[in-house]
Amino acid sequence: MRIRFVLDGYDVEADVKLTDTLFRVLKDRLGVRSVHFGCGEGSCGACIVLVDGKPRYSCLTLAASVDGKKVTTAAGLRVDGELAEIQRAFVEHNAAQCGYCTPGMILVAKALLDQNQNPTDEEIYEALAGNLCRCTGYVPIVEAIKSLARR
Amino acid sequence: MDEFAILGKPVRNVQLLGHVTGETEFVDDISFPGMLWIKAVRSPVPRGRIKKIDTSKAERLPGVVKIVTAKDVPNNYHVNMAALGIGPPDEPVLPDTEVNYKGEAICLVVARDEDTAAKAAQLVDVEIEELPPVLDMEEALRPDAPVIKPWGLNAHIFGSGLDGATPRGGQGRPYFLVKRGDVDRAFESADYVVEGSYLVPPIEHAPIEPHICVVKPEPGGKLTIYTATQAPYFVRDNVATILGIPPSKIRVVSPAVGGGFGGKVDPEFEMQVAVAAMAVGRPVKWRWTREEEFMVSTVRPAVKIEFKDALTRDGLIIGRRGRLLHDSGAYTRTSPYGVIKAVFNLSGPYHIPNVYYQGYCVYTNKQPSSAMRGYGVFEVSYAVELQMERDARTIGMDSLEFRFKNAYRNNQVSASGKIIEDAYLIETMKEAAALASYPLPPHLLSMSSWG
Repeated sequence: MRIRFVLDGYDVEADVKLTDTLFRVLKDRLGVRSVHFGCGEGSCGACIVLVDGKPRYSCLTLAASVDGKKVTTAAGLRVDGELAEIQRAFVEHNAAQCGYCTPGMILVAKALLDQNQNPTDEEIYEALAGNLCRCTGYVPIVEAIKSLARR
Repeated sequence: MDEFAILGKPVRNVQLLGHVTGETEFVDDISFPGMLWIKAVRSPVPRGRIKKIDTSKAERLPGVVKIVTAKDVPNNYHVNMAALGIGPPDEPVLPDTEVNYKGEAICLVVARDEDTAAKAAQLVDVEIEELPPVLDMEEALRPDAPVIKPWGLNAHIFGSGLDGATPRGGQGRPYFLVKRGDVDRAFESADYVVEGSYLVPPIEHAPIEPHICVVKPEPGGKLTIYTATQAPYFVRDNVATILGIPPSKIRVVSPAVGGGFGGKVDPEFEMQVAVAAMAVGRPVKWRWTREEEFMVSTVRPAVKIEFKDALTRDGLIIGRRGRLLHDSGAYTRTSPYGVIKAVFNLSGPYHIPNVYYQGYCVYTNKQPSSAMRGYGVFEVSYAVELQMERDARTIGMDSLEFRFKNAYRNNQVSASGKIIEDAYLIETMKEAAALASYPLPPHLLSMSSWG
């Protein structure tokens, strides 16, 4: 079937099979860099995108289900070419090492802060529970998010 | 610190801007028109004889381009670090007669997309006669154990020039031997003898990016390998060996790597992708699943360490016997190097004048093990420091004092025969104690690595 959706501000169209995952379409069909394959079963969060502002594992989301919706990746968070606040916070806190989990982390943080401008530590941990990082030990990631919560 | 440009100042990760915007290029971002995909048919058993590989049903599936088997590999057998003198080459790119661990790739389906390759892989009919596997290191060394290596022993032969450390033609032993001083006499004159046995399980690196590789054949018999690797030169050398072409025909490109931790040091599947790409003459990609990452990729070796220490009443270690078993899994990979490093470290950062250490590189029917952060040191440090506690408790001495007494001083000689000239353990322990507000008695505070 043919689907249309908004990807990071651009209208896109794709022919998809009913069984195609959103990850497959974004990565292998559209060549999107900012989603990453990690587990294919909704455990690691490397493939997370925002669908109408809500974090979704693109590896578990059927592509057909985003027809007519707005899909945002980390690449789409920039405003007029400038880094978004959450991206700047990650840079300032050195909150990435290899960078593979980073887009997913940033999108989850963004969705959290959009909903709750002053999350507690527990709320941050809870929001990040579906994202794995093997390099940083999570501390700088949580610090980056907290730095925005305090403002 | 003001006089330094870098020391004492935060250094920013140069890739950060790409990471936070998702612009960083990983191997999964590399693809080419006409690119094909790989899925493997994997062994369901830890050890068995391959009786039959019937690919006819799989080949008839639309979209399947080729099924690659051992017959398509010019030189099937290889070993990591061959250039450093490690051998023998005991690992096939694709096995022709026997499988030696569960999950070992038997043949590769090359197809137009991942789904087709996966479907076809299930249609390949492989008949395997299961053989009794060797799964435990101690069992593997017993004389009645099933033998899984062609040289008749489930252990690497050290000392004869195939360990990268000794000259060829020397006396071969099934263990790496380090000896110094007279360990028998040390035990005769000991006031206490303390024994300990320590086990470290295998550990999976679990990088968030599973193994992924694209190989693109180029004009003139050349090829470009895009792979998530920590060791592009190992990849180049091993692929050159198995294809039987000069390394100068191979270009290895390693863009950003999504976590390695030592798990991406071994060329473990680039040879397979290269053979497939050269066989079909088209770019080929292989993206491992998380399941493959856990089941097939290397792990930190399981290690068993046994110590027997000779101690004096006043708290000196005068002798140590050590026996280390290092689980290499089914194939050699980097294990002889890991064993040598581990065995030289069995003294830890302590001066032990009389030692006798044996390190076994043991083969079992499990996924091969290899490097992981602090390869050969982390496992040993765990055992050494627990043994230090056990020693100190036995003689009734504070374990920190015991460590101060036995710490390397400059100009002492290590187990490997090296004269110590950069000992800092005593100073580090003093600094750590100060940071932890742990009061040290004056006789320890007055100690130094220079006295």
